[in-house]
Amino acid sequence: MTINFFDNDLNSLHDKLVNKEITVTELTQATLDNIEKTDDQLNAFITTNAQEAMKKASEIDEKGEFTHVLSGLPVALKDNLSTKGIPTTGASHILEGFKPVYDATVVDKLQNAGAISVGKANMDEFAMGGSTETSYYKQTTNAWDHTKVPGGSSGGSAAAVAGGLVPFALGSDTGGSIRQPAAFNGIVGLKPTYGRVSRWGLFAMASSLDQIGPFTRTVKDNALVLNTIAGFDAKDSTSSNRDVPDFTSKLSGDVKGLKIAVPKEYFGEGIDPKVAATVKAAIAQLEALGAIVDEVTLPHTKYGVAAYYIIMSSEASSNLQRYDGVRYGFRADNVKTLEDLYVKTRSEGFGDEVKRRIMLGTFSLSAGAYDAFFKKAAKIRTLLIEDFNKVFEDYDVIVGPTAPTVAYGLGEEIDDPTAMYLADVLTIPVNLAGLPGLSVNAGFVDGLPVGLQIIGKPFDEQTVYQTGFAYEQASRLFEKKPDIAKAY
Amino acid sequence: MGTGNFETTIGLEVHVEMQTNSKLLSPSPVHYGDEPNENTNVIDFGYPGVLPVANKGALEYGMRVALALNATVSPFIRWDRKNYFYPDNPKSYQTTQSQTPIGTNGHLDVTLTDGTIKRVRIKEMHVEEDAGKNTHGDDGYSYVDLNRQGTPLIEIVSEPDIASPDEAYAYLEQLRQAILFTGVSEAKMQEGQMRADVNISIRPYGSNEYGTKVEMKNINSFTYVRNALIFEEQRQAEVLRSGGVIQQETRRYNEPTKSTMLMRVKEGADDYRYFPEPDLAPVVIDQQWISEVAAELPKSASQRQKDYVDTLGIAPYDAEVLTQTLAMADFYDATVADGADAKRAANYLIGDVNAYMNKHQVELQETKLTPEHLSGMIKLIESGTISTKQAKQVFEAIMTGEEPEAFAKKNGLVQISDPTVLLGWITEVLDNNPQSIEDFKGGKDRATGYLIGQLMKMSKGQANPGVMNKLLLEELAKR
Amino acid sequence: MSETTISKEEVAHVASLAKLAFNDAELEQFTTQLSDILNIFNTLSEVDTDNVEPTYSVTENINHLRDDIADNWHQKEALLSNASSSAADLIKVPAILDGEGK
Repeated sequence: MTINFFDNDLNSLHDKLVNKEITVTELTQATLDNIEKTDDQLNAFITTNAQEAMKKASEIDEKGEFTHVLSGLPVALKDNLSTKGIPTTGASHILEGFKPVYDATVVDKLQNAGAISVGKANMDEFAMGGSTETSYYKQTTNAWDHTKVPGGSSGGSAAAVAGGLVPFALGSDTGGSIRQPAAFNGIVGLKPTYGRVSRWGLFAMASSLDQIGPFTRTVKDNALVLNTIAGFDAKDSTSSNRDVPDFTSKLSGDVKGLKIAVPKEYFGEGIDPKVAATVKAAIAQLEALGAIVDEVTLPHTKYGVAAYYIIMSSEASSNLQRYDGVRYGFRADNVKTLEDLYVKTRSEGFGDEVKRRIMLGTFSLSAGAYDAFFKKAAKIRTLLIEDFNKVFEDYDVIVGPTAPTVAYGLGEEIDDPTAMYLADVLTIPVNLAGLPGLSVNAGFVDGLPVGLQIIGKPFDEQTVYQTGFAYEQASRLFEKKPDIAKAY
Repeated sequence: MGTGNFETTIGLEVHVEMQTNSKLLSPSPVHYGDEPNENTNVIDFGYPGVLPVANKGALEYGMRVALALNATVSPFIRWDRKNYFYPDNPKSYQTTQSQTPIGTNGHLDVTLTDGTIKRVRIKEMHVEEDAGKNTHGDDGYSYVDLNRQGTPLIEIVSEPDIASPDEAYAYLEQLRQAILFTGVSEAKMQEGQMRADVNISIRPYGSNEYGTKVEMKNINSFTYVRNALIFEEQRQAEVLRSGGVIQQETRRYNEPTKSTMLMRVKEGADDYRYFPEPDLAPVVIDQQWISEVAAELPKSASQRQKDYVDTLGIAPYDAEVLTQTLAMADFYDATVADGADAKRAANYLIGDVNAYMNKHQVELQETKLTPEHLSGMIKLIESGTISTKQAKQVFEAIMTGEEPEAFAKKNGLVQISDPTVLLGWITEVLDNNPQSIEDFKGGKDRATGYLIGQLMKMSKGQANPGVMNKLLLEELAKR
Repeated sequence: MSETTISKEEVAHVASLAKLAFNDAELEQFTTQLSDILNIFNTLSEVDTDNVEPTYSVTENINHLRDDIADNWHQKEALLSNASSSAADLIKVPAILDGEGK
């Protein structure tokens, strides 16, 4: 039995299980076979849990209940989502072999729905990076071109879905880490509104920015997964207790009269002209479908990168202080004093990008720098939010490119942190403002996918999906398959 | 003071563990004396991905302390992180309230030894997490127990109003009593539930600028605080007199030598990189919430003392003894509320009950005595149902949980005051002892003593002596 | 506002706060990189934020509090088994020296 996820969306897989065309055991085995066939090219997984997955599959088969659309369906989880008893490393040496003793809330929710985790996906170390090149373990490649980066930090999750290894995956997004790899791999990725999805069990990078979200091949699939993982969680003090609507309810394909804002700053300096042209064509298609499109301004956009890197690194420097070699994870050998234990464990346990951000954050919070950096950045954040609020007074969604370029070559930018940071300019403001942001494939430049980013009002994922769905159904770009699809 | 031309300035930061059921940021139990790490979970261990949720009870306890210390309760609290690495600090940051303390601008009126009252202003108070406990082995290792990690603390920061070691001592004692009477902590020093960080500087009289501060941390005895300050006051004066300069440093108090020694010199301020805690939601405290907490706040010791003296007629010294602990004061109030005579109840608690507690080394709440039983016994005495002598037996019984009236009845400890019963006995005794009647008439007072002895024997000690005495004299007169 | 720059000594100081150690070459490299990044950060000084309130979180939640009810999750054994060194139910670390850390 083989399965090709390119030809089966979540509903069709569900139907096959319900109609007993395939068993969960067969589907799970076929998924593990897919991973076996192609993961040596993609390197999307740090850990696979074949045994545990097969056991769960037979349990579900035995019960024979498929009440939830995700019952019996395989999923890949980013390796910063806590999974009880299954190694969760954050792609860091400092957590090599670490087995959490509890499940993240999203993991619980997926399990309750009957989804089966087949493995933990590669990522940038502690989600710090945009290419999955800072992983301690392996280099994930782009599903469309194995010499290119998959984006990041959720590069493993994105490549696993784009490469057809799994039908859906979860990632996390602090400054673009779901949307940008979704764009680079030509799939759908959503960063939900801050507070929409519980962060309990997500290894924190920057607590005020992090959100967990789904990777899928289609918008509808994405909405189905969000339906499952969203909702209030008492264990997360920032989790929203707003009602969770059915995120598929506005997927009609109709965008007539929808008011779309296009910020001129999103097509400014540093945006690859071919990417800009592709995205503009996509916007034109939305206009052709009846949407009202206007150019607007988000004047503080250019300060977003600086504000983001200060806030993110400050919070991260504090969040990552718990990795000290005392209670879990890696502890350096031959340490004689406590100071040694801390310094050696952390210096040997963290990679360069993590150290760089810890240094930046520690500096930004330090006595002489706090006002000029941390506090200043928090004020700029207010201005960025006000920019968005103003536009959202008149518009339903904001659209633009997800990333300034298509996927670049492995090793091309890793040694130039400033260039890497500046590449996040289009995704960062969404995190600073806590908004929902979706990336859908908008076409190709030189054979590599380009992302269309759709940004919504807080907690209005429905309209974001509505827009993405209309474009996707009109463009039918999701039907294009990378070469790797031939492997199944 | 013995420091010649210098005046002393002392600041105190007092940490008190609040006895909530659960920790400040995790539901693990707050409980002293359990096996190591028994009361810990993934949150207390600072596991990757865990998130804190603040304990409403801990906030309300903090509000109680703020109200008891006459502080303004902050309408808006955003938690902060204080960053530092230490094995007993698993997240490597402590959650505290540096920017928005739960209470500000409070004060405590401290009665000094000479009877004058000094107002010590309290700058602010913070609800924050306690750290775990490191034990230092002699094998080259230290050992970490995180049971205490996350226990809610209230930190109380005084303004530099305290001018001598004695004042510091008085402040600490009376602060402790004020906190005891909020009901948030028993503030047991030996269990580390109350600890003080002290700073002290001296300056020449008339100087406008404070001297350089020297700090001593985590002292858990008021006497040690006083001794440390006495030593430090002298040491600093000697340094200045000999032309030296006080360094900004942290010192440690050593009890055997009653002296302080240098731990480390501070180079500038510590850099704790405080910033707002993004994992916790802000707290908004409105007037209604404050009123609800205020309604639960037990009446203060000083207010109770005043009430005892003014309305119950209790001696001031006794009123002080009754308010040494909240448990005792509450017990006394409940006993009086149940209808016991106020003075008799005070005497029992201060005398017999305290003696019992000392003898058995127990706290009042660990005994089986209830206010209802104590007041029940006192009512039996007041009504003449039992004699004070019989009450001794009843007291022993109520200390073991017996109901006083039932116990007295069961053991025949009932006083007989019925004149017809008593007259029957008197007639019988007088009839049998004509010689005693003669003696009485002959002016021998001793004779009545003998007769009473006979009557007591006959009544098995149950005759009410007052009533019986009166009837006996009447009957003797008739013969 | 004056531009903030960072020296090698300051980088070393920040590293000590963060409990990281760098050799001389790494220190040079980090100083250069951090300086480049600080140049980006310094652009914020162009923006007048005098009357702007800082945003530290976008959560709408207030008073997300837990009732004071104790609940022992009984994770002690699992937690201790993850510690690389423990004895007698305690976590073991190299001796803490006088005044170290705090």
